[in-house]
Amino acid sequence: MGLDVNWALRWLTLSAQAMAEHREELIELDRPIGDSDHGENMDRGFKAVMVKIAEAPPETAGAALKLTAMTLMSKVGGAAGPLYGTAFLRAGTALGEASDIDAATLATAFQAARDGIVARGKAESGDKTMVDAWTPAVDAAAAAAGDSDVFKVLVAAAEAAEAGAVSTDPMLARKGRASYLGERSIGHRDPGAVSSALILRAAVGAAE
Amino acid sequence: MKKLINDPRAVVDESVEGFGLAHADLVTVFADPKYIVRKDAPVAGKVGLVSGGGSGHEPLHGGYVGLGMLDAAVPGAVFTSPTPDQILPATLAVNSGAGVVHIVKNYTGDVLNFETAAELAQAEGVEVRTVLVNDDVAVLDSLYTAGRRGVGGTVLVEKMAGAAAERGDNLDAVAAIGDRVNQNVRSMGVALTACTVPHAGAPSFVLEENEIEIGIGIHGEPGRHRIPMENADGITDRLLEPVVSDLGLASGDTVLLFVNGMGGTPQSELYIVYRRAAQQLAAQGVTVARSLVGNYITSLEMQGCSITVLRLDDELTGLWDAPVHTPALRWGV
Repeated sequence: MGLDVNWALRWLTLSAQAMAEHREELIELDRPIGDSDHGENMDRGFKAVMVKIAEAPPETAGAALKLTAMTLMSKVGGAAGPLYGTAFLRAGTALGEASDIDAATLATAFQAARDGIVARGKAESGDKTMVDAWTPAVDAAAAAAGDSDVFKVLVAAAEAAEAGAVSTDPMLARKGRASYLGERSIGHRDPGAVSSALILRAAVGAAE
Repeated sequence: MKKLINDPRAVVDESVEGFGLAHADLVTVFADPKYIVRKDAPVAGKVGLVSGGGSGHEPLHGGYVGLGMLDAAVPGAVFTSPTPDQILPATLAVNSGAGVVHIVKNYTGDVLNFETAAELAQAEGVEVRTVLVNDDVAVLDSLYTAGRRGVGGTVLVEKMAGAAAERGDNLDAVAAIGDRVNQNVRSMGVALTACTVPHAGAPSFVLEENEIEIGIGIHGEPGRHRIPMENADGITDRLLEPVVSDLGLASGDTVLLFVNGMGGTPQSELYIVYRRAAQQLAAQGVTVARSLVGNYITSLEMQGCSITVLRLDDELTGLWDAPVHTPALRWGV
């Protein structure tokens, strides 16, 4: 059985909880290589998503992700707002009107999200950005989709994103404010990669 | 953290509200979404100018809304760019039909959010041109970073593009003036102490008692290097030299010299920096024809300053001298 709108709503709820729980951690990660605002912005953005969903509950997973996109784009600010906004918009568009999301469709939606982030932010793998969590997640999801088990796709994406976030530690930042640090960015984990991994892990929890 | 605030999360709301009360004769403040517009906007036939960015740099940008400068300013959360749902209504509110220029400091978040808002405004039939400000010479390797940042030069771009719009230049001409100012301006800053973002609650970075950061950005992002504390003349030379060489200043050039405080440095110290910079420029045969000294683009309570030099020609000098009436800059009216 595939995923439906209830999964999407649980995913967003668990993402909001994760952003609230990890708000301080994301601020701390952002302090040395950014501007100490990532946790605050993501927490504020997903709280706003919860309000929007309560006001007018979406009827499809695609609609839920599009509503999330518009809300994050208008509430988060910084680079994360447009980047996550574009990611959720592309993923929502990829899901379309589907009410029963299978493994292949899910993998395609993750890929659309990653492509949206790359198109907006113009970062490449290895630049020490959220792309370094998303690209391994997309690759792992595509590989897992062969088994036609949608839960395996979710788990594969989350595990790869978590490893991807850790992989940013030794990278030299080439995009965003961290890039101004040059060599001094090495040894710090990218906060956007960490929040991406948290969101993809929430997607697993929503299906359990 | 000791700050004159009520609630860390209400800092921008309450500050902008107070700003609106204090300057009700010049501006109208909208609360949700948050933006500030010139009282008489849209001005018939005039190109609209919109700028914005994270809060914490006051008087930038709201302080420059008024006659001869900006038509609207869009404040984000502290050190966080504003969002398209603020930028779009601000853009629509100041469009008289002559189009709107967005003045954007080159930071990833600002660029992405203004880019999105410009697309949305164009979809609603408003012509938008974007002037990107990237005057910070502290960023050495712009190819492998997000590029040079927009700092002190932003104030001068806003003033001169604003004067061009006020005299009746069309959309492309106003944007061209903004671009020309940006091409002829360079800046470099120094931090003596860090600043604390209210909702973060702790300093953005740590400088030891006897340590300073040369090339600091206006959000406390790092610059070129940390060095032991020096006297004012020594620090001034370290800031001015890369500005002069990057600008390619030569004997006979005429400039505007702008010494900006980061928020926590007294005016008296800024004049000590200005003194040295003016002396050094004079020694190189450069004429300082105009000056600006004070806190105009700040970084919360950071101690430090930036030096900005703009190469002037007759037209830019005229645009600088043109009347301006905003909460933070006023002359000629």
